[in-house]
Amino acid sequence: MADKVVTRESWVRQNLFLGMNLRDYVKSNLTPFNYVAAIILVIGLPVMAYRIIYGLGPATNLSDNNPWGLWIGFDMMTGVALAAGGFVMGTAVHLFGMKEYRPLVRPAILTGFLGYLFAVIGLMFDLGRYYRLPYPIFVSLGVNSILFLVAWHVALYLTCQFVEWCPAIFEWLDMKKFRKIFLNLTIGATIFGVILSTLHQSALGSLFLLMPSKLHPLWYSSLIPVFFFVSAIIGGITMTIVESMLSHRVFKEQVPKIAMDHAHFDRITIGLGKAASALLFTYFCLKLIGVAHGNDWHYVNTNYGYWWLVEVIGFILIPAFLFAFGVRNDNAKLIRVTAIVTVIGVALNRVNQSIICFNWNAEEQYIPHWMEVVITITIITIGLITFRWIINRMPILYDHPDYEVEEH
Amino acid sequence: MGIDRRGFLKHLAGIGSAAVVGKTTKAIAQEHFTGYPDRFGVLVDLTVCIGCRKCEWACKEVNKLPNKPIAEYEDKSVFEEKRRTHADTFTIVNRFENSQNSAEPIFVKKQCMHCDEPACASACLVKAFTKTPEGAVIYNPKVCIGCRYCMAACPFNIPAYQYDDAFTPEVTKCTFCFDRIRREGGVPGCVEMCPVEALIFGKRSELLELAHDRIRNNPGEYVNHVYGENEVGGTSWMYISPVPFEEVGFRTDLGVTPIPQYSRGFLSMVSVVLVTWPALCMGFYSFSKRREQLAKAESEKSGEEQ
Repeated sequence: MADKVVTRESWVRQNLFLGMNLRDYVKSNLTPFNYVAAIILVIGLPVMAYRIIYGLGPATNLSDNNPWGLWIGFDMMTGVALAAGGFVMGTAVHLFGMKEYRPLVRPAILTGFLGYLFAVIGLMFDLGRYYRLPYPIFVSLGVNSILFLVAWHVALYLTCQFVEWCPAIFEWLDMKKFRKIFLNLTIGATIFGVILSTLHQSALGSLFLLMPSKLHPLWYSSLIPVFFFVSAIIGGITMTIVESMLSHRVFKEQVPKIAMDHAHFDRITIGLGKAASALLFTYFCLKLIGVAHGNDWHYVNTNYGYWWLVEVIGFILIPAFLFAFGVRNDNAKLIRVTAIVTVIGVALNRVNQSIICFNWNAEEQYIPHWMEVVITITIITIGLITFRWIINRMPILYDHPDYEVEEH
Repeated sequence: MGIDRRGFLKHLAGIGSAAVVGKTTKAIAQEHFTGYPDRFGVLVDLTVCIGCRKCEWACKEVNKLPNKPIAEYEDKSVFEEKRRTHADTFTIVNRFENSQNSAEPIFVKKQCMHCDEPACASACLVKAFTKTPEGAVIYNPKVCIGCRYCMAACPFNIPAYQYDDAFTPEVTKCTFCFDRIRREGGVPGCVEMCPVEALIFGKRSELLELAHDRIRNNPGEYVNHVYGENEVGGTSWMYISPVPFEEVGFRTDLGVTPIPQYSRGFLSMVSVVLVTWPALCMGFYSFSKRREQLAKAESEKSGEEQ
């Protein structure tokens, strides 16, 4: 009996408190990052409660003319685009057999899963009747709607990514049988994930196909689905570069356990930069074709046109050249910096598409309420804390020493 | 993990379940829809409207919205700014300068146009909107999740939201008094109230004839355009005007394509992706797997030779 108590205690200690006792664990958490996070939560959680209790009216600047704001434009659109790394890396390694990139798969899938999860959590604040979230799946199926497609695919894709993440969970919990089961599902989940991602990433953009009279012509194009798909892959790749760079700095103590030396890490970063460069050039050409299709060139010499040039030249064409330059000169550092610029560029595109260039011809312009901003920041903070909690416990960055490497 | 036959079948099962989702989306790619034949409509004659706003009052009465005494609707100061529909206001009248005759301003009633192929209905992911054979586009609050895509999609900016309701907010808009018009001889509240017959209720096809007759028989009185005849594929509510429509708050750049049409190209691509992507993925997978096996065999062979 006493024996059992001891084992349970040590299990908690080992798996939850990182091998420390409670007091040491609490002490180890008194870090500057956590102080900042605590302040954000102290402000953010009551604001979230305020939104729930008093409704969208007092908590947001949404209106009858501007029904979508920061939570859709940033949390949902940008969150999902930048979470594409999971499916991109999964495809590269599991389907294309690019084994070199294997150390990046688990972090990318975790980033993807949490990215989607917190995008959906953000959506819960935006929906007027969040408690009806399952309605499009189970109650009333609006099959004519592109948003219906998005809802189904995001729900299924969250499941897929969870399945892909499960082996790491069961390694952490030391449950070999379950790990094996989920490991066997990996290829299926990856293929299903590719299909779902192709469709819902492009479907998110296609939501705007219904708004030709509201979206600025430089951003409205029948090619929107392709723009969104290609830029999501770009977002996924560059986010993987940024995320792996940050992880290797923040989780320094785990770096020696990673089966990848510095040269290997730089090499695959450069490899990703090469892919990003090619995709950015493609994306740039597609953007031009989009404008040519509608023959909208005369809009380029307007204020919105200059803003479009900032996006297309500053955040697509220039990064494409910088990546190419970095690859040529074996300059991993340049690749990483350019990846940060490109991530910002993808976010800028999503915000342009859904907020800045939406209702461009209307008098009433939307600027987010401070509570909308606070809730967005709070959700991101909780996301980061969750990510760190998992990375510190589960074998995500490194291979668990007790388990053989998963080969497919 | 090697992929054996059982594994392959398992993958197929997964893909099959995706196809179920895909199949349902296919229903949208239907043929061009020309509207229900006997649908009703309203013709608004802008040369007749006197801006009394009694339709606004009647609308609130019929729909049991918070209302003011009818006398207060004589207040003309509301015309100082351009208004739109809101959560408890399904219709409003705006005043515009008359470029033909500055002494007589033009009053324009605004409400849901009841499109033949409504953008709101094609946007809705829970089928909350229905275009009825009578012509009304009606909303079912029982399934609405409050995503507000209908509002973003509406080319006329009509649906409004109860933003101040924290727990059970609804989208609101003109119902075309569906409960009245579905009954024999029923007309919408606003039409019944109109003292000058600026609003004429009837079969849309007959109203269209009437509109063209009025334009033809009164040369110089109207511009030759029935707004709503072809806009976004046609609407149940239609207008005739003495001045070009863009001068009195109408968007004339909406085109004649029904808004749902814009998403059909993408939706028809969905099934193509569902069918081809698994095959492509499996192809890539088998290819890389085979290459790996060959490389392995090669290295083993060279190992033996040494």
